[in-house]
Amino acid sequence: MTRQGASDAARGVRPSWPIARKLTLFLAAIVALLALVSWGMVTSFAREAAGRTQDNILAASATSIAETLRSEGGQVRLELPYAAFSMLGAISEDRVFYRVAAGDDVLTGYADLEGPDVTPGEPSFGTLPYRDMNVRAVSVMRVILADGEAVPITVTLAQTRGGVRGIAAGLSRQAAYLSVAVFLLAVGMSAFAVRSSLRPLNTMAQHVSTRGPSDLRPLRRRGPPELMPLVRALNRLMDRLGGSIKRSEDFIAEAAHRVRTPLAIVRTQAEIALHSVEEEAQKQTLRRVIRAVDDSSRSASQLLDHAMVSFRADDLARERVDLPALAEGVADALRPTAEMKDIDIALAISPAEVEGDAILIQNALRNVLDNAIKYSPAETIVRVSVGNGGGEARIAVSDEGPGFGEEPAAHLMERFKRGDKVEGVVGSGLGLTIAEEALSAHGGRLELGRNVEGGGACVSLILPAA
Amino acid sequence: MRFLLVEDNAELADSVVQRLGLDGHAVDHAATLSDAEAHLEVADYDLILLDVMLPDGDGRDFLARSRDRINTPVIVLTARSQISDRVGALDQGADDYITKPFDFSELEARCRAVLRRRGGLARNEITLGAAVFEPNAGTLRHGDAVMDLRNREIRLLEVFARNPGQILSKSQLLDRLFSQDADVTENAIEVYVGRLRKKLDGAGVRIETVRGLGYRMSL
Ligand SMILES: Nc1ncnc2c1ncn2[C@@H]1O[C@H](COP(=O)(O)OP(=O)(O)OP(=O)(O)O)[C@@H](O)[C@H]1O
Ligand SMILES: [Mg+2]
Repeated sequence: MTRQGASDAARGVRPSWPIARKLTLFLAAIVALLALVSWGMVTSFAREAAGRTQDNILAASATSIAETLRSEGGQVRLELPYAAFSMLGAISEDRVFYRVAAGDDVLTGYADLEGPDVTPGEPSFGTLPYRDMNVRAVSVMRVILADGEAVPITVTLAQTRGGVRGIAAGLSRQAAYLSVAVFLLAVGMSAFAVRSSLRPLNTMAQHVSTRGPSDLRPLRRRGPPELMPLVRALNRLMDRLGGSIKRSEDFIAEAAHRVRTPLAIVRTQAEIALHSVEEEAQKQTLRRVIRAVDDSSRSASQLLDHAMVSFRADDLARERVDLPALAEGVADALRPTAEMKDIDIALAISPAEVEGDAILIQNALRNVLDNAIKYSPAETIVRVSVGNGGGEARIAVSDEGPGFGEEPAAHLMERFKRGDKVEGVVGSGLGLTIAEEALSAHGGRLELGRNVEGGGACVSLILPAA
Repeated sequence: MRFLLVEDNAELADSVVQRLGLDGHAVDHAATLSDAEAHLEVADYDLILLDVMLPDGDGRDFLARSRDRINTPVIVLTARSQISDRVGALDQGADDYITKPFDFSELEARCRAVLRRRGGLARNEITLGAAVFEPNAGTLRHGDAVMDLRNREIRLLEVFARNPGQILSKSQLLDRLFSQDADVTENAIEVYVGRLRKKLDGAGVRIETVRGLGYRMSL
């Protein structure tokens, strides 16, 4: 995972804002707005409803006070009905003020209470300051006949607004609690919904990234229709990639065939000529021809192998590799070559397993074993040991050849670097480069050392054990 | 050994036939896959040398198709030495592969290895005086004693045995047997000849030194 992350960064894939977070935030903002609006509406409804209730009660009380007005001997009389005030008390502890006046003539109540302007019949309401308080007032006008004269009587009733406000605030608080709860729930749910609807995308990414390096089969997974354009585009891309890989492979095959067949003719003809010519100078020429052919063929092979190893190392396969079986296979493949020099390949094997690309490890060992055979004198023994220890798996190849001498070891792993005792031995100088690259792709390394017993070289391929 | 060479390039085929002939092998040549099938119907071969790119198809497909009918070992001649290709050839049922251009000593060594593995290496006895030389088993029997010969000794003795009475120069032997092995010098030839002489001692065959010219085996 860290490797993946590192390589993504190296390739300049910098993520923009994550879709999940963006969507969740967006949904949260919408929900917050809705919650705020609905809370505001509830609050203003509550205030209005509480206000209207107060108005109704005020009007009813004022009307019932006005109802008690009558004229008695030319005098206007009234009885303050208890019920009118108890109705008002029902709302809360609010204070109540009243004033009954005939024109400017105050009959009873608070003289300084000025009600809203009023006409007979309809009660009129108003909110006004009174004695440093804010009160809701209602005025009702009734015309009484006294002494045959129509006297307009105004009944004004006012009440402070604490109770109404309290009710409205209570309602508004409830609404706020509810809004917050709804908001939290909605955010949680939208986060969940976003995540679960993005899950197919993650599954698909996982599916693609766990594929082997050369697996270009189209994606066949089912998924939501929104992902289908992406899936189709990916499949088309893989198709094109597969096509161009196939074309370049075909090209390499064709080119190799075209170049190597004539080289094989030259080499064979030179060998035939070597049998028949007598003169040493001519023989020497023919040997040089053969040598040049072998050199160019070896270089071409190693260059291609190197390219292939780099390619595979870029996107390493991770399968279980049984090192003893792998070592036996490589030893078997090289045994006929060793036999030509009467070199025995002796295997000493104990179980070892690693995780990685078998073809790469095989190639690394092949190059190392090829060196041991190539640089050893005839009738010697090349020992290959496979084993496990200290969290590392190790294949050691030791020979009885000249060894690495004074040459600093690391230097031989560079591209095209060959030792100083190689005259007459065909080689391109890529073998150890390839081996080292294949191993370090696995987090392993190549160690060039001395074979203490036989006096030759000892090359170890070291890999982290699985 | 008797080979069937399946190779579409006539020039290469001719020279391979000629070159293998020098080592005493019989080679039939087929230029196409159908040609090869026709040959396989009428004759038995020790080994098939199969090119991969043929005008009427891919050699490896042929391999996959005919593996269950034809039991003859196959060595694939590939132009590609790429790792994946090698693995592919072996997966498809080839016994071994060799990359073009190839060294004939190596080809021979690989053929022998394949035949030995398949148990198809024919008994081949060459009488050398009182001794019997079996190149395929790598032994020299002399009376009750059976001596094991090393690979290079076998190849050297084979050349002498095939050319009795003929003078073979050191450089001839060198080119023939060890073509590109850099470590083999004319001195080494002397060492190997010395060993053979010791092993043939008392059998009535001698490898004589012909001053300034080389060696000759006289029966
Ligand atoms: N077992 C060995 N004994 C002595 N020297 C060795 C051994 N292995 C490698 N070397 C030295 O290290 C050098 C680099 O080896 P490397 O395998 O990279 O190249 P090469 O063998 O020359 O060419 P090729 O690419 O064909 O294998 C060789 O040229 C040789 O000098
Ligand atoms: Mg090498």
